[in-house]
Amino acid sequence: MNNVDPVKTLQAKFPDALRAVDEKSASRVYVSIDPAKVTDVARFLFEDLGARFIISTCVETRAGMEILHHFSFDSMGVIISLRAVVPMPEPRIDSIAPIIDGAEYIEREIMDLFGVEFVGHPNPVRFLLADDWPEGVYPYRKEYEDKYPYRTEEELEEVRDKVRKRGTK
Amino acid sequence: MKTTIPVGPYHPLIEEPELFRVVVEGERVVDIDWRTSFMHRGIEKIAENKTYDQIVFLVERICGICSTSHPIAFCQAVEDITGTRIPDRAKYIRSVVAELERIHSHLLWFGLAGHYIGYHTVWMWSWKYRELVCDLFERISGNRQSYAMIKPGGVRQDIKPSEYKGIMAAMDELEPKINMFIGAVLDDPVILARLKGVGNLSREDAIKRCTVGPVARSAGVDIDVRRDFPYAAYDLVDWKVITHEGGDVFAMAVVRLLEMLESVKIIRQCIDQMPEGPIIEEILEVLPGEGIGTEEAPRGECFHYVRSNGTKVPDRVKVRAPTYSNLPSFRSRFTGERVADIMIILASIDPCYCCTNRVIRIEDGRSVQTFDEKSMLEMSWERTRALEKSLSHTSGRLLKL
Repeated sequence: MNNVDPVKTLQAKFPDALRAVDEKSASRVYVSIDPAKVTDVARFLFEDLGARFIISTCVETRAGMEILHHFSFDSMGVIISLRAVVPMPEPRIDSIAPIIDGAEYIEREIMDLFGVEFVGHPNPVRFLLADDWPEGVYPYRKEYEDKYPYRTEEELEEVRDKVRKRGTK
Repeated sequence: MKTTIPVGPYHPLIEEPELFRVVVEGERVVDIDWRTSFMHRGIEKIAENKTYDQIVFLVERICGICSTSHPIAFCQAVEDITGTRIPDRAKYIRSVVAELERIHSHLLWFGLAGHYIGYHTVWMWSWKYRELVCDLFERISGNRQSYAMIKPGGVRQDIKPSEYKGIMAAMDELEPKINMFIGAVLDDPVILARLKGVGNLSREDAIKRCTVGPVARSAGVDIDVRRDFPYAAYDLVDWKVITHEGGDVFAMAVVRLLEMLESVKIIRQCIDQMPEGPIIEEILEVLPGEGIGTEEAPRGECFHYVRSNGTKVPDRVKVRAPTYSNLPSFRSRFTGERVADIMIILASIDPCYCCTNRVIRIEDGRSVQTFDEKSMLEMSWERTRALEKSLSHTSGRLLKL
């Protein structure tokens, strides 16, 4: 499907799902979509238009969790990023992993780090975090550092003491 | 009957912390699952507390081998936000550094591939010629790894005209060696037997599993960030994208070897055409916005997404290293393969690991001894002589018996 303007095709195909199109430059386009339609749009981009899925990004904003799915049209030199904002405190969005194999791991990663639930993910188990990591603690959220502060200098010194003692035995 | 073989959490050969659970039936592999992040460093989170200039050094330390690809991708993301156009000279310098890195990375992989199939001659030779490139880096940037050459808006250090000659001489020395390797790979029956038809990846699967870089190109998918999203000086010099058919380990080796020749070509043209002028366009402030930077690392497309908020530190930095995209292809490539080939298939996508040791320092409580290249060589000769002596002794005794 070369020589088809992917943005115009999207606009024609999904007039309701597209909320805003931001063409930052000739090679970077950000398309805000309705979170409920993410699988339809992703399927159309990946299967019908032949885009390559690059990766997803999760950004925490005041409006909620922002999920960006980046797609690349290599023959045209355009990267289209689908932007879906899901409200806090229980961010939830449909998974695109059943359609795109390459999205399986990144969705599991976002689940671990940001606590976004991907509905319909084929294998929604822990990927990055350790098995004994507490439930409901998401290390990449902005609130994380206040909840679990780093060790103070005194605490670190205690740890060092322990190590030193172990070493001399 | 199905049996699960764990490969990891420390990769037995690559010494990297990742765990593959390989499900086998008899001697054939039927499924594979992947678990990683036993040493997750949280670089994306750390980046939220660092200034844009500091993050360049941070992302440089994501990988010791791709230590120019990540900074270039990050700087391009920042330049995408600010709309900066970098000076011409900086473009050429970026290309030279990135291509030198590609050569040393591919030579490293080729040596390791030889090591994994037990072909140690290839390993030693390939790494011997890699030293040429590492020494060249030391001359240009002061470091063999982590060159600190890239800065948002241009490059941090210049390549001086007095260094051109050395670079050209190194390329002249390297080119026949790469040709020798290409001849060796295409002809050697041992390499053919171990690599050909192992870990096949069809073109459809390569597209379906979203692979990038040499993995995709070896399966016939014609993608290359350098051509598709031109950056640095790649649209100003003449070169071509290497693709191959089959997607097996052999095809990957061929793609990587031929790519090295293209890199030599690019470096020569860049040095020839290097324009005069400034090397940096200073970025004074980063306004709120978002930007994407992509770079063709030796292993494939390196992707950085940066969200700025108008302050000195970014709101979010997302890094996608090429291996992340290439790992899902294992599902297709392992099915039906033999257990003995697991290692080379795992290694074939060239997963990253860092090895920058050159000088060993030993403290045994009594004295501190430092070994350099010469003394280590002498040590190894001594060991070989001792080994020869003991072997001749043993074989003599065995003969008597």
